[in-house]
Amino acid sequence: MNIAIILIILLVGAILTYLSGNRWAPKVAMLFAIITAIFSIALLLEYHNTGTNFSVQWINSPSVMFSLKADGLSLIMVLLTSVLLPIILLTAVSHTVPYEKLLYSLILFMAFAMTGVFLSSDALLYYVFWELSLIPIYFIVVLWGNGSMSKRRRSALTFFIYTFAGSLFMLGAIIYLYTKTGSFQLEALYNANLSDTEQLWIFLAFFFAYAIKIPIFPFHTWQANVYQKAPLVGTLLLGALMSKMALYSALRWQLPIAPHAAHGMQTVVLTLSIIGVIYGSIVALKQDNLKRFFAYASLAHVGFIAAGIYALTLDGLQGAVLLMVAHGFGVVGLFFGSEVIYRRFNTPLISQMGGIKGQAPKFTIAFFLMIMASIAIPLSFNFVGEMTIMYGLYQVSIWYTVLIGTSMFLGAFFMLHMYQLVMLGEVRKKPFADLTVNEGLVFILLAAVLLFFGLYSKPIVDLVSPSLQEILMYVNR
Amino acid sequence: METGLVLLLLIFPLVGFLINLSVGKKIGRSLPGIIATAAVTGSFIISLFYFIQILSTGEAIEVHLFEWVAFGEFSVNLAFVLDQLSLLWLLVVTGIGALIHIYSIGYMHDDENVDRFFSYLNLFIFFMIVLVTANNLLVMFIGWEGVGLCSYLLIGFWYKNQQFNDAAKKAFIMNRIGDLGFLTGVFTLAYLFKTVDFATLKLALSTTTTPETSALLGVAAFCLFIGAMGKSAQIPLYTWLPDAMAGPTPVSALIHAATMVTAGIFMITRLNFLFDLTPDIQYFIAIIGAVTALFAASIGIVQTDIKKVLAYSTVSQLGLMFLALGLGAYQIAVFHVITHAFFKACLFLGSGSVIHAMGGEQDMRKMGGLKGVMSITYITFLVSTLSISGIPPFAGFFSKDEIMLVAFQNSPILWVVAMLASLLTAFYMFRVLYLTFFKEFRGTAEQKKHLHESPFSMTIPLIVLGVLATVGGLISLPFGYSWLNNYLSPIFSGSGAAEAHGFSTEQMVFMGVSTLIALIGMSLAYYKYMTKSTVPEEDEKITGFAKVLYNKYYIDEIYNAIFIKPIYAMANFFKNVVESIITGVVFGFALIAKGLSAPAKALQNGSVGFYLSFFVVAFCLLIICLFLV
Amino acid sequence: MLDILEQVGINNYIYLSTLLFCVGVLGILYRRSTIVMLMSVELMLAAANLLLAVFSVYHQDVSGQVFVIFAMAVAAAEVAVGLAILVSIYRNIGSIDIDKLKNLKG
Repeated sequence: MNIAIILIILLVGAILTYLSGNRWAPKVAMLFAIITAIFSIALLLEYHNTGTNFSVQWINSPSVMFSLKADGLSLIMVLLTSVLLPIILLTAVSHTVPYEKLLYSLILFMAFAMTGVFLSSDALLYYVFWELSLIPIYFIVVLWGNGSMSKRRRSALTFFIYTFAGSLFMLGAIIYLYTKTGSFQLEALYNANLSDTEQLWIFLAFFFAYAIKIPIFPFHTWQANVYQKAPLVGTLLLGALMSKMALYSALRWQLPIAPHAAHGMQTVVLTLSIIGVIYGSIVALKQDNLKRFFAYASLAHVGFIAAGIYALTLDGLQGAVLLMVAHGFGVVGLFFGSEVIYRRFNTPLISQMGGIKGQAPKFTIAFFLMIMASIAIPLSFNFVGEMTIMYGLYQVSIWYTVLIGTSMFLGAFFMLHMYQLVMLGEVRKKPFADLTVNEGLVFILLAAVLLFFGLYSKPIVDLVSPSLQEILMYVNR
Repeated sequence: METGLVLLLLIFPLVGFLINLSVGKKIGRSLPGIIATAAVTGSFIISLFYFIQILSTGEAIEVHLFEWVAFGEFSVNLAFVLDQLSLLWLLVVTGIGALIHIYSIGYMHDDENVDRFFSYLNLFIFFMIVLVTANNLLVMFIGWEGVGLCSYLLIGFWYKNQQFNDAAKKAFIMNRIGDLGFLTGVFTLAYLFKTVDFATLKLALSTTTTPETSALLGVAAFCLFIGAMGKSAQIPLYTWLPDAMAGPTPVSALIHAATMVTAGIFMITRLNFLFDLTPDIQYFIAIIGAVTALFAASIGIVQTDIKKVLAYSTVSQLGLMFLALGLGAYQIAVFHVITHAFFKACLFLGSGSVIHAMGGEQDMRKMGGLKGVMSITYITFLVSTLSISGIPPFAGFFSKDEIMLVAFQNSPILWVVAMLASLLTAFYMFRVLYLTFFKEFRGTAEQKKHLHESPFSMTIPLIVLGVLATVGGLISLPFGYSWLNNYLSPIFSGSGAAEAHGFSTEQMVFMGVSTLIALIGMSLAYYKYMTKSTVPEEDEKITGFAKVLYNKYYIDEIYNAIFIKPIYAMANFFKNVVESIITGVVFGFALIAKGLSAPAKALQNGSVGFYLSFFVVAFCLLIICLFLV
Repeated sequence: MLDILEQVGINNYIYLSTLLFCVGVLGILYRRSTIVMLMSVELMLAAANLLLAVFSVYHQDVSGQVFVIFAMAVAAAEVAVGLAILVSIYRNIGSIDIDKLKNLKG
């Protein structure tokens, strides 16, 4: 099976969703999302037999190939996108908004662009997809966001320009690599003979692009604003998928192309990642807006993943991939929880919540499970990821493990602090209806995934391990 | 078959948990308790079956399910083992667990969320079984964190009270600090030996000892001990345990006295082969244990909340167990865990019975004279008090005496500290007894009318535990007649310090001294609270050192000042200052671009005439440049 | 045609068209009424066309004259469009004074 088919389905889906009109748009989008999920699972099954490549010439001069390649690492990210997509759509369907056809079409388009990022093996093609993914999310935030128009426009514009500026450094690096090797192909770039200075600059250029998008401290200031201003689907696309796009890119492009610089800069980037983890955990304590709170929680978690990647050990990378997937699902649960509360209480402020446990037992269980997963209680998927990362870091230095491990109790501290304020205490006067079927379904799906892989993560490890070993081989050459 | 039966051990409480969680609300008030009790009893019966089996065969049973976590160099199976140690603990956990479940049926009968209570209790039993049957450190960690989670849920069971929620949160977070230590220790071992299996580790440790590894072993042992500190409430991570008394009393009995808090002792006993190789850490453990024992006991003598006294007593007793562990006397520590489980569970349940009768009152200053009304509670409480104080022939005497002996043999200073702790223990325990059950009733008239002996579901567990607290010492008699030592010998690497010793006058003298100390404590309490009929003063009137003790040496306040407040201050600082600075820098770039554009912007003034003139002038200049230059 | 050109002298033609062009330029620069400016532009265009025709004759190449015809046709269209724009501006703003048309200022 041709892997381009997933891209085609998503693009066609985006167009058809727009054409189908407001009434049918959610259903058409959901249909295409499910078809995508089915095809990517089929791709996974086929993958074990044959490798999956697809390549045609796109531009003759400079030589740009429309070349896609799916190894285990790409596949797991495509799977994450395509499985999360129906769930993200499910969080939105029960909630009508104006111009639905455009919204759903943009969501599918965004998935298209991100899938392109995960699959492309040509640097310029990759860059095109990378930037393409920025356009839909900008409009989603501006058109359907929360708060006043001018404010959300400002946040979205800041985000757009900020990440765009970072990406330009990456484009510069890609063009420089082209002048050195005469090709944009991944393999050629891996094998480019770069001096240590060149590697350092290229590493930094990539790092700017990724550090802003992941985000790593201190490049994170756009995050809380945009997460807060974006509508739920926007936040989910950003938090669950777009940050993974940058993390994936660091694995795929940054480390193998500039391995010596990766080793040389390890202390710096690891320190920044770990500062992000601790900083996010502490700042979250004082956030009164629930979405901002989760944004900072997310900052801590992606910092954890970044630390795993820059540990440059097999366990670190493996843990990072596991935690990427786990965090993708977990963050959907957390933000959806905040949305469920918002829909009922009509306020995003933690100080105005409380006592929900007495009114909505089902929601309490669901929300508690998500919180437990996010603080990595054993048997949750997040635990497997975090623990593997911590062991990966241990191989670098015990101090990194201990420092990043502080998130075990700092994370528990801010999460339980929030849980106590939001869910516990005396029942408030405001009514709080328990979960609807749609909402319950989202939580059940998420919890099932998190628990299953928490018990049995072997399939994912087996899938990504060869790719990661290959990457490590380049990194340690 | 074998696998299935072992798994059933785990499945029973898990199913009980799921049933009560999903349909508990619909099946009435009494059924959840019965289901939960049945589940735990089922596990108890299976444990008993395997216990009897291992008594005859002596062979451990291992069960491997599937690969759970895969690291680059090794993988970890979800695997369980039933050996002498885990079976012993299983019996304690499920046995006392079942008794406390029965007790809870009566105690929690009026609570509207009784189904949730029992589902959490079953979940706790599940995780506890995972903890004690784990075949490797990471599976043990599942149970280790899982019981912490259940402890959080049960301490904050009455979730409408935010103070209880605070206590629950505190317990969870302090436990997690320990858990970080635990994980770091596990990683150190994994890094050294590429395995976390107990059996493989034991083998590896018995063969390899280079100087480098032994340094790392010290790190591993130290980190693991931090884990034990958190879970078993040792200095400096003990402050959560007294606060944890916010939970319902059966929870305090089960989790915060008999089972969960002994997990640290279990873990160190399990890893005895590691700790034997790190004498420095062992000595450190012994010191921490002894200091905790004395420290907590000294706080206990002035507390007026009946559960708080018992909580500090638990911390103190756990300290004694760690003292034994640190001195390499693992089986003595285990022995004391067991006897402690009996008498402390009995004491807690007794106090629960009293609180139940008093309508929720926990302040001993408002009790008194309950002996007449609640005779069963009184008798069991008395027996347990005698047992914990170390009066022969009750169970506590034997285990405590062995700890004292081994302490004296190793270090007289530690022995003195431990002796002081047990003097204080005898004092405050009898203080509780006298204040609660003797003299006049000091509560309100309404409470007095309400006083009653608890129902059978509560008194039967009390009686059973009272009997156990009396005869529990039989499992490890002195003078070499210890069944426990023989039973546990396959677990230890053989170098254990407390080998069977014959009948000796030295030990006889020791027993005499221990008993004498206990009697002194008892007499002091009698003199103060019976002869002089003192009643502890109101909070405001307490002065001097007693005030420091009453306020627990202000440790909570100190922790608050040096940890919690700075964290919040940092959160504020980060939120208001650092965020603004970073945002400022980012926007600074935008502002620089804006500033650079200002002169160029002035040219774009909108006047077409100006544009045209500019155009013509520029064009002329261009022409001139082209042709003249 | 060439003989007429030789009689008058090509220099004079160049002077004339330069003069015309400068008149156009000055008209654009100094007049504020957009219609007059449009007329000045036409003047400049005429100057250019004249020069084009002159050189076309001078070089005996017809294509220059063809271009002149083209340019005039385009200029006519341009004037039509320009005037239409001016009318619409006048309708909207009530003036065609160039100094008042500043809506596009950045």
